[in-house]
Formats: sequence, C-alpha cells, structure tokens
Amino acid sequence: MSEAVLELRNLHKRFGALQATRDVTLDLRPGEIHALIGPNGAGKSTLIGQIAGHIAPDEGQIRLSAEDITGLSVAERARRGLGRSFQVSSLADSLSVLRNVMVAVQAIQGHSFRFWKPVDRDASLIEPARAAIARMQLSSRADTPVSELSHGERRQVEVACALALNPRALLLDEPMAGLGPEGSLKLTELLETLKLEVPILLIEHDMDAVFRLADRVTVLVSGEVIAHGTCDEIRTHPRVREAYLGD
Amino acid sequence: MPEPAMGALAGPVSLSSARPWLNRERLINGLLLMALFASPFIAQAVGETYYINLASRIAIVAMAAVGLNLAIGYGGMISFGHAAFFGLGGYVAGISAFHAFDMSLLLSWPITLGGSDFMPGIWLAAMVLCALLALVIGAISLRTSGVYFIMITLAFAQMLYYFAVSWPSYGGDDGLPIYLRNQFPGLNTNDPLTYFLICFVALGLSLALCARLMRSRFGAALTMARLNETRLATAGISPFPIRLVAFVLSAVITGVAGALFADLNGFVGPSMLSWHRSGEIMVIVILGGVGRLYGPVAGAILFVLMETLLGGVTEYWMLFLGLVLLGVVLFARGGLMGLLAGRARHE
Repeated sequence: MSEAVLELRNLHKRFGALQATRDVTLDLRPGEIHALIGPNGAGKSTLIGQIAGHIAPDEGQIRLSAEDITGLSVAERARRGLGRSFQVSSLADSLSVLRNVMVAVQAIQGHSFRFWKPVDRDASLIEPARAAIARMQLSSRADTPVSELSHGERRQVEVACALALNPRALLLDEPMAGLGPEGSLKLTELLETLKLEVPILLIEHDMDAVFRLADRVTVLVSGEVIAHGTCDEIRTHPRVREAYLGD
Repeated sequence: MPEPAMGALAGPVSLSSARPWLNRERLINGLLLMALFASPFIAQAVGETYYINLASRIAIVAMAAVGLNLAIGYGGMISFGHAAFFGLGGYVAGISAFHAFDMSLLLSWPITLGGSDFMPGIWLAAMVLCALLALVIGAISLRTSGVYFIMITLAFAQMLYYFAVSWPSYGGDDGLPIYLRNQFPGLNTNDPLTYFLICFVALGLSLALCARLMRSRFGAALTMARLNETRLATAGISPFPIRLVAFVLSAVITGVAGALFADLNGFVGPSMLSWHRSGEIMVIVILGGVGRLYGPVAGAILFVLMETLLGGVTEYWMLFLGLVLLGVVLFARGGLMGLLAGRARHE
C-alpha cells in the first residue's frame, strides 16, 4: 500500500439526501492503469471532482505520493503532479496546441508573475511543451489552433497538457468519449505506452478500451465500490454483471 | 487531396514566429498613432490652437481606455467602475495642486506633507493610490463574475462618487479648480503643444507596456484565465491572483490618465468619478475593438471627434453615438480595429 501514487481513503460526499460517494477507497500504483467504471449516475463525476479538487469531500482523505492533498486547490494539486483531462474538452480553442500546452509548462516552472520576457522566444517553455506534444504524436499539429483539430486530436492535446506538468499520476475522464473506432484505438495505444511512465486512473465508458488497457478495475454503483479486481474477475463478478453489464 | 510539395510548405507558413514584420494591423496602428501625433502640429500651423487640446484629450481618454482594455479585453473582467480610478487620479492631481497653490498642508499626521505641483510625483502618487484602491475593489469583486462583477465594480465607483460629492474640503459637488497646471521639470506644461507631447508619450508608454505584458508569461496566464479558467487551474495556475494583478495594472494606467485629464481641464470634479465616465471609457473600448491593442486609440479618436463635431451641432449627439455603437456591436464585432485591420490574430 505504501507504494501507491494516488490513494483515496474512505471518501464520503453527500448532497442533501443523495449519498454521491459512499466510503470509497482505492489506490493507483506505479506502472498501472486503474479503470473506474460504473453506470450513469454512479457518482463517477463527483468522485473525479473530489480527486481533482473541484469538490470537497465530507469525510476521508486523498493522498498523492503519501502527502495529504485533501485540502488543496485545483491549481495546487496540479503543481504537485496531478494531471487530468476532462470529459468535455476544456482547451482554449482560439490558441494553438503549443500555447495550450505551454501554460501547463509555465506553472511547474514556478509563478507566472513574469511580466517582461516574451513567451514566444522562451525556449525553456517551448521545448518541454513540444516534448509533451511529441509524446502524444501531435508534433505536426503544434502550431494549429485547437479549433481546427479533430475531436480525437483534442483528446490528445488534453493529455499532452496533463503530461506537460510532469505528473506523478494522470486522471483521465472518459478520454475515448466521442472518438471513432480509429481514434479510440490510437489513443488506447498511446495510453498503453504512457502508463509505464505515469500511472493512470481511467474513467471510461468504452468497455473494449477498459478491458484492453486496465490492469485493475473498480466498479462504482450508487456511489459505492461494489467490486474491485482484474479484468477477468470483473467480467465474471455476479454483482457487476447484474448492476452494470446488464445481464 | 494531392500532397503539396514539401519545399513549398516547410517555410514560414507553420511557424508563428516567422510572421511578416509589417502586417495590416501594424500598419493601421502606426497610421492611427501618426495621425494623432501630427494633428496638433497641423492645428498649430493653421492657428487653430483649440484643436491641440482636443488631441491631448484624445490621447488621455485613449490611455484611460488602454487601461480598461487590459481588464475587459485581455482579462475578461468587465469593470463598470473604472471611473473610480480615473477620478482618483484626477483628484490626486487636483488636491496636490490645490495645496501647492495655497501652501497649506495636505497631511499633518502621521507625517506632514504639503501639496506639490511636481508632475512625476503626482503621477507616482496616483499610481500607488489607484493600485491600493484596485487591490481592495479587485479582491472583493473578483470573487464574483459576470453581471455581479459589473455591478460590484459599479457600486464601488459610485461610493467614491458620493463621497467626493459630500466632501466639502475639496469642493464637494462643485469640484476643485486647478488654478496653475502642475509642472514637469524642464518643460513648460502650460504650452498646449508641450502638454500634448506629455500625454502622447504617456499613451505610447501604456500601449508599449500592454503589448509587452501580453506577450509575457503573465499575459499567457491572463489570456488563459479569460479563455478557459478551468484549463488554467488544471494547468496548475490559480486564476484569482493573475486576474487581481491585471486589474491593479489596469487601474494604474487609467489613474495616470485621470491625473493628466484633470491638469488638461484645470479642473477635477465628481463627474470624473461618475458612472457616466465609466460608461464612456467602456464605450471607447467597445467602439475601438475589445482586446485589440490599438482599439482604444481608434475608439478615442472616433468618440472625441463625434463628441466635438456632433456635439457642436446638436445637443443630442449621444443619440448618434448610440447608433454608431449599435452598428459596431451588431455588424463589426471587432470594433473599428476589426473593420480596419481585419480579424484579430491569435497565435
């Protein structure tokens, strides 16, 4: 347990009468993809919100590299190495791919209160940004405005932005959503190589991708973890079949 | 689609840094500045000296709008209270001149401080006070956004307005005349052309500052705060301090413009703090083109010329201004700069 990069311990979150998160405990270990699945309304988004810092849990603890980050803001968590992508693409559409990624690089290099040096000549920003873009195989699109990219390419940019943080853990919220089979396959391949460097907590609807990528799977239903295990264990788990796979 | 020859496309096309130095926008920018610069000299030559002060007025309100444009156009913070800073700058110039004129003390505690007619000192004081005021207003109002932000900034400015109206020491409702224009060492500020040059240089500096600022890391963060706040936070940068600093810088620029305005008119009154003034500066920003560096210059030229030329013909010139504004908002989303120089380029 001590080697876990990201740990959730007994998280609870309640909205009025709705228990959106009930005693959720899970961890993410180096080199793995840990998939979090669950039917609509299972509380996945609430849980992601708590991990990323948009929502404060009522109880429980979130730890990144054994440090408690439960009380930190979104930006502080990002600086400590929690990279994330969004279910709905959240990039600045009018800016180029490079500009989007550069903002993430400038955050990890310290504060942004530098008023004089132009960023478009700042190799210490551009080089790491280009490297992150190259890792997502998007170098040929680096100077293209995000608005001109395909849906799949935007997903790749999102991941590149997260990578630019030199993250210790990646939180990817439905990266395959809206991708065609081809784009989905490409991203799957990219994530497969990526996980060796950065462990990934993957929230995903695409079951083919989950069963291909995930080392472990956690199933969330009504805010609660109902099953946890390898892909094979999850496939045959009676409660999962009943609640989720619709058998 | 046939594969284009690599040699043809490998060049500057894909590199944002290899843009041509002189594009249409830069040409328009240069022409606007040159027109503003030349007009008082032409006025001097043909003996229409009244128009020299008109050019100074354009330079000053353009500078105030450059400040507001930093908040609205670059930071996405729609401040409807920038008259607070414009007026504060004006009152700093007015009050300092008032005490310098009658040799009385401005402050007796905790330090004794007399008035001064030393312009650089007045500007510095205006900058510091506007920065402090903006820090307070910004720290409170930036916790909101949208309509609430507009209303809170308006409320703060109106508070200052009513304070000035009800404070009899400095003229209250009647305002405060500046009998002798403040002085700049080595220059005769009473000479209209010299005073225009001071205003023009101040405008030029504020434009250069904004241009440089928006190319820096701070500018990149501010741009992202406007375009996508969530992205900025996810990238590890908290939007609030970035916005607050931009708001303060914006207020400082508008404040110095206010000090220049009071000296130009030889008068400062509560009207400099009123919401009409905030609206006027905002109209100039919108007319010129929100988020365009030289938008405020184009907007100020159009606004002041309409005010002077149409205002001389009819009392209802505001009606025509309204029609022009309506036209710009409906048909030219990029304002005058959008019409003249085309769509804004994003890198």
